[in-house]
Amino acid sequence: MGRHVVLIEDEPNITEAIRFLLMRDGWSVDAHTDGATAVEVIRNAGPDLVILDLMLPGKSGLEIVRELRAEQDMQSLPVLMLTARGQMRDREMAEKAGVTRFMTKPFSNAEVLTAVRDLHAQAGQG
Amino acid sequence: MASLNVLAFVCLAYVAFLFIIAFWADRMATRGRSAAWMRSPLIYTLSLSIYCTAWTFYGAVGYAARSGLEFVTIYLGPSLVMICWWWGLRKLVRIGRSQRITSIADLLSSRYGKSNLLAAGATILAVIGVTPYISLQLQSVTLSFAIFAEADPLRDYNETSIVFWVAAGLAVFAILFGTRNLNANERHHGVVTAVALEAIVKLAALLAVGIFVVWGVAGGVGETLARIDASRIGQWNVDGSRWAAITFLAAAAFICLPRMFQVMVVENEDERHLRIASWAFPLYLLLISMFVVPIAVVGLDLLPAGSNPDMFVLTVPLQQGQQELAMLSFLGGFSSATSMVIVAAMALSTMVSNHIVMPVWLRLQNRQASVSGDVRDVVLLSRRVSIAAIMALGYFYYHLSGGAAALAAIGLISFAGVAQLLPALVGGLFWRGATRSGALAGLSVGFGIWLYTMLLPALGGGLLPEHILRQGLFGLSWLRPEALFGIEGLDSTVHAVMWSMSLNALVFCLVSLMSFPSPLERLQGAQFVNVFDHSAGPRGWTGSVAQCEDLMIMSQRILGAAEAQVFFQRERLRQGGRGPLPEPTPAFLERLERELSASIGAAAAHAMIGQIAGGSSVSVADLLAVADETAQMLEYSSRLETQSAELSATARKLRETNEKLTQISEQKDAFLSQVSHELRTPMTSIRAFSEILRDAGQLDPQEQRRYAGIIHDETLRLTRLLNDLLDLSVLESGKVSLNITAGTLSEVLDHAVATALAGSETPMTVRRSPEAEGFRLSSDLDRLAQVFINLIANAQKYCDAEQPELTVTSSVSGGRLHVDFTDNGSGVPADAQQMIFEKFARVSPERAGGAGLGLAICREVMQRLGGDVSYLPGRQGGAFRVSLPAAGEKAA
Repeated sequence: MGRHVVLIEDEPNITEAIRFLLMRDGWSVDAHTDGATAVEVIRNAGPDLVILDLMLPGKSGLEIVRELRAEQDMQSLPVLMLTARGQMRDREMAEKAGVTRFMTKPFSNAEVLTAVRDLHAQAGQG
Repeated sequence: MASLNVLAFVCLAYVAFLFIIAFWADRMATRGRSAAWMRSPLIYTLSLSIYCTAWTFYGAVGYAARSGLEFVTIYLGPSLVMICWWWGLRKLVRIGRSQRITSIADLLSSRYGKSNLLAAGATILAVIGVTPYISLQLQSVTLSFAIFAEADPLRDYNETSIVFWVAAGLAVFAILFGTRNLNANERHHGVVTAVALEAIVKLAALLAVGIFVVWGVAGGVGETLARIDASRIGQWNVDGSRWAAITFLAAAAFICLPRMFQVMVVENEDERHLRIASWAFPLYLLLISMFVVPIAVVGLDLLPAGSNPDMFVLTVPLQQGQQELAMLSFLGGFSSATSMVIVAAMALSTMVSNHIVMPVWLRLQNRQASVSGDVRDVVLLSRRVSIAAIMALGYFYYHLSGGAAALAAIGLISFAGVAQLLPALVGGLFWRGATRSGALAGLSVGFGIWLYTMLLPALGGGLLPEHILRQGLFGLSWLRPEALFGIEGLDSTVHAVMWSMSLNALVFCLVSLMSFPSPLERLQGAQFVNVFDHSAGPRGWTGSVAQCEDLMIMSQRILGAAEAQVFFQRERLRQGGRGPLPEPTPAFLERLERELSASIGAAAAHAMIGQIAGGSSVSVADLLAVADETAQMLEYSSRLETQSAELSATARKLRETNEKLTQISEQKDAFLSQVSHELRTPMTSIRAFSEILRDAGQLDPQEQRRYAGIIHDETLRLTRLLNDLLDLSVLESGKVSLNITAGTLSEVLDHAVATALAGSETPMTVRRSPEAEGFRLSSDLDRLAQVFINLIANAQKYCDAEQPELTVTSSVSGGRLHVDFTDNGSGVPADAQQMIFEKFARVSPERAGGAGLGLAICREVMQRLGGDVSYLPGRQGGAFRVSLPAAGEKAA
């Protein structure tokens, strides 16, 4: 099982931090900022994990997840969602849309790494 | 000398003749072919002569023989009323017609809010008051029969049986005449015609006797005058108080007697007849009284002492052997008695059946709630029984009083009785403040005093014990019937009239002032008192549009304008919709009445519609006044409505406030959510990179520097955000204090451009026209510079041209200074041009380092400075205009 991750995040500094962390953990990171093209990017890349921001230009993270889950071969793809809003309602809606793990900014680096490893391990078992 | 049989036959024949006349007149009237003379003022005047009863015919001579010229007062009262008060009678007649009045009791009831209690009271008073009067007719007819019977050798005669048969006979006549027509509202043309005929007979008889006495017995005018001078009649002293009291009584009775009211008001064809009658009726009275004194004087001379002077009219011709003249005289007296009895019984029976029998019967019917038979039969029966009962009362009165009193004395008792109706009647006609309670109280007091001081003493020992008469009620001397409150020495008639009338009037006024009229009373009061000022004679059923306009105006007052219009519109459509208003058809009027009665009650609605559409004669202005009064009555309910309207207005306000609060709360949530997002985003970078710097060893120095730089930038971003938030908060709360200083536009722009472009690696080109920037400004120049800096920084950030350029131009127009900032980029999309001034609004997908508060702050600042900042669409690139009041002038 590969360690390829697609990151969709419009804040360049955050993208850089996550990329640094994951690459040191042995992941290849494919980062994008545009929500509108995200689904196509993910479909083409066929990653082992997706990290999504909730508020994206073009298309919201929730919509992207819903579209992914509608596709046959993307239903079990692990999706980690990050958001700066972090209200209860957002979490509920994210889980309903099919997000695998939900995480509120600002997060600690350890949390992100643990979450990514967990999701990867679960997907590998499943 | 004529036998009783002949006499009875003559009477029957005479009555049969009258009946035929009445029947014929009725037939003509119902066929609408009644001759002009039947509706002439002459008939009306003659019918008024039922005032002259057997009392006048026989009693006046007796009165003169006993008390001299005082009998004149009986003629003086009515003459004064007709001559001096015809306008008051005209008002009475007008009201009678417009209100469809059937009797004096009905008039009082109608005036005082359709009070049946008052009507019943007035009826009882009238019945009791008129009873002596009917007894008087019985007594005179009986006496006249007796005169003839005395000379009849063939028959035994018994006075009691004569009275009985006279009473029975008169009752039958009255029933035959008075109750043939069922509808009391209609006029009795037949009876009136018969009464007019009888008036001629009695006048002719008395004139014939008078002429016979003057020229046949006395021997001419001169001799007659000489005899008068010689007799005691010529020397009688005039008692001023008795004259005044009896004249007043006669005048009051002329108006209040039920039979007078019947012929004067109910039977009136045309109120213009009153104008003729106002002189013709006094003339009739003059003629009929002309020979009273000569007959009395000659009678006193010719007949033996002790002869009843009341019968001189009959006995003088008999004594002279003039059988035919005596028969004519007898017929005259009989005419006087029958006409009075017929009309009085008719009037009283109408009152009794309408105000006593029918209400009781209807109540019984309601209680049983079953029978719905023909009421006409009941009315007819009750009237007939009433007539019989009234005659029976007269008969019993005759028995109780012993049948010996002078005719005039009996008549005065009746006059005083019915005169008690006068205060309530006249007050009701002229005083809007008169109330039902006042009328009832006055009537009761007057009636009580009359009973106690006049009727009971006249009836003698049977009803009023002797000791009360002598020592007063409960032994209190000041309660003696003929000397109330210790006032002695007055003539008993004067005494009774004075106390009963003055206390009646006083109590009526006082109670009226203290009590409050019901709405219906006010309505009726207004119609009675004002009937004269507005009405212009009888109107026909014209069904005109004007009438419908009046109905519309009235309905609007009562229903409210909108509802009335809707109703009239619906009715117009129902009728087929020609013309602007519906035709006043009966069906429409009925529906309108139902609609109105829901608001003001059935009686008032009926009265109002009746007044406008029923051809009655009350003006619309009057009705509107009434409607306004009704509105006052409804004030309470309208006050309730106002309160409920206020409550719902408050509820609406609360709802609106609540919505606003909810909206504000939602805005606050959204704002907090936005702020949270804007804070978390830089904090995320700071945390992530600070952890990297802390945890990850072996970072190359370049990476270290770079990550520390990111942390530094994000910290600055956070600081900026907090500064912006605080700034906005101060601006929005309005607590910002402005620091007004003076300077030129170019100075402010210099400072702004330098600040905005400082630290930028590739500063954009800024084009300015310094010669146009010489305006002197007096404003908070630091705040203005803040706005300029923001706009220039935005241009620097968002201008997407390869060689970004910003052009700053300034101009003055309409008293305002405009400074435009135009770049050469692609500008702001049309759908976002308004949105960009909102908090946290961003157009570009790329982050530009700001939180989206800049333009919101600019707008707030410019509003504080009395200016504005707006986006200028349609320029080459993105263009913003700052405008503010051009207080200063262009510097030289």
